Amino acid sequence: MKLTDISRDINEWFDGSGPMSDIVISSRIRLARNLAGYKFLSRCSTQEREQTLQKLKQAVMSLDLGDKIFYISVDNASSLDRNFLVERHLISRHHAFGKGPRGAVIAQREFFTAMINEEDHLRIQVLRGGLQLSQCAEQINHIDDMIEQKVEYAFSPRFGYLTACPTNLGTGIRVSVMLHLPALKMTGQIDKFFNATKDLSLAVRGLFGEGTEAAGDFYQISNQVTLGVSENDIVSQFQDSIIPEIIEYENAARKQLLSKQAELLDDKISRAMALLKHAHLISSQEAIFLLSHLRLGVNLQRNAGASTPAIQNLAALGSEDRADKKGGLSIATVNRLFMLTLPAHLQLNYGKPLDSLHRDALRAKIIRSALTPDS
Amino acid sequence: MQCQSCQKREATVHLTEINDGVRTELHLCEQCAQQEGIAIKSQIPLNELLSTLLASQPAEGELLDDSDTKRCCPHCGFMLEQFRKEALLGCPYDYELFESSLLGLIEKAQNGHTTHCGKVPSRMPADAQKQIKLSILRQQLESAVGSEDYERAAEVRDKINKLE
Repeated sequence: MKLTDISRDINEWFDGSGPMSDIVISSRIRLARNLAGYKFLSRCSTQEREQTLQKLKQAVMSLDLGDKIFYISVDNASSLDRNFLVERHLISRHHAFGKGPRGAVIAQREFFTAMINEEDHLRIQVLRGGLQLSQCAEQINHIDDMIEQKVEYAFSPRFGYLTACPTNLGTGIRVSVMLHLPALKMTGQIDKFFNATKDLSLAVRGLFGEGTEAAGDFYQISNQVTLGVSENDIVSQFQDSIIPEIIEYENAARKQLLSKQAELLDDKISRAMALLKHAHLISSQEAIFLLSHLRLGVNLQRNAGASTPAIQNLAALGSEDRADKKGGLSIATVNRLFMLTLPAHLQLNYGKPLDSLHRDALRAKIIRSALTPDS
Repeated sequence: MQCQSCQKREATVHLTEINDGVRTELHLCEQCAQQEGIAIKSQIPLNELLSTLLASQPAEGELLDDSDTKRCCPHCGFMLEQFRKEALLGCPYDYELFESSLLGLIEKAQNGHTTHCGKVPSRMPADAQKQIKLSILRQQLESAVGSEDYERAAEVRDKINKLE
């Protein structure tokens, strides 16, 4: 398995087909675990890290996950490959650029990753498109059970699963949902969302997790409390109360845009379209920012039957996505542009590293040709 | 303070720049700051927050007593000193060894919680599993009483009696 086998298309969870996927990009659950009888990684020698790596690699590689799995030695991977895995949401930035022997076991369909020797010995994650937290929870619990048959986890009756940092203690669970909230931003109501998350002591991050800022109206929210609350309670709070409430805010803002601020909306979409169609140099940040507006336009047409002049223009675009019989620009196409033009994706698919000017030129070219298929 | 750009909203982003010894200050609201392309770090990384928290503890004289700061874990050589730098513990045993020093910190980081209430490894001895289930039920009982849901409280109490 080579990374270029997956780098030419978006992952399954990003094809825009999951429940509520006009607003909820993805649902992710990860569990942090450590082996009993071993030191946490910050106190481990290289040799000891090698031991935990081999033990866990063997345990995870022997699982039957209903999909092909492959192993990547992260410390030996090139910097480009590591950046690609981060862009793909398969490993964390911390794992990509950490130190010592470490690796990742990845399911080919990209719904599952096990990071070995990240901050904890083992961090497993399950990712799905749209709002599917309950399904993620069920699947990751099952995988965790299977791993537990093979190794012994560090666990205390008082504190639960023991983790290197007390912020993950107990359940070791981190539930994260990635949201696209362009209308709240456009109507100046994004503070509503921030206030809601603050009240519930949730963490808000940008597209690529800890330490990154929000780009293109994409926000990732996750729980901070991992102790004293059960996995089920955390998951159902997200699935049944927090996320539906945010979806409601965003939908209300979308309605408001259509009914009262259609010109503002059309201006944003048309400007985004004009730049994306004609620019010859475009940075990754700018592409994400502009594609976000196209994505809103396409979703408004699909889900709310909106037909403002700018949205009609989007619908009149010939789609290069042949599977989509409806014509017009599809969410899958927009998502594809969004992911395949990220810096590491661009370079991996191009076949060699490119400097930033050449990346910006190649990115602009890919976007131009996707939005004007006849050219 | 008012935003210097739009002159309308409250300034929440404060930027101090020192260029060739000349100091300039900029006070903006979040929206204008974003328009100016100033990145706002909305979240302090948890680890950073935690280590700041712990570092501030001794000054309050609340949590760390001298005997704990000088102690060294026989399994991994970890000392609480190191936790201040990295916010990471050295081995699973540290939770037991430094429990009294860590409790206050765990409570703060975990929104007041200090006891696990969730999944239990299937290979745990039956007795330990029972203890954990009991602790979960006791928490449920407490929250049911707290929200005056007495019907639910009675149900949970019955479950506790049965287990005990």
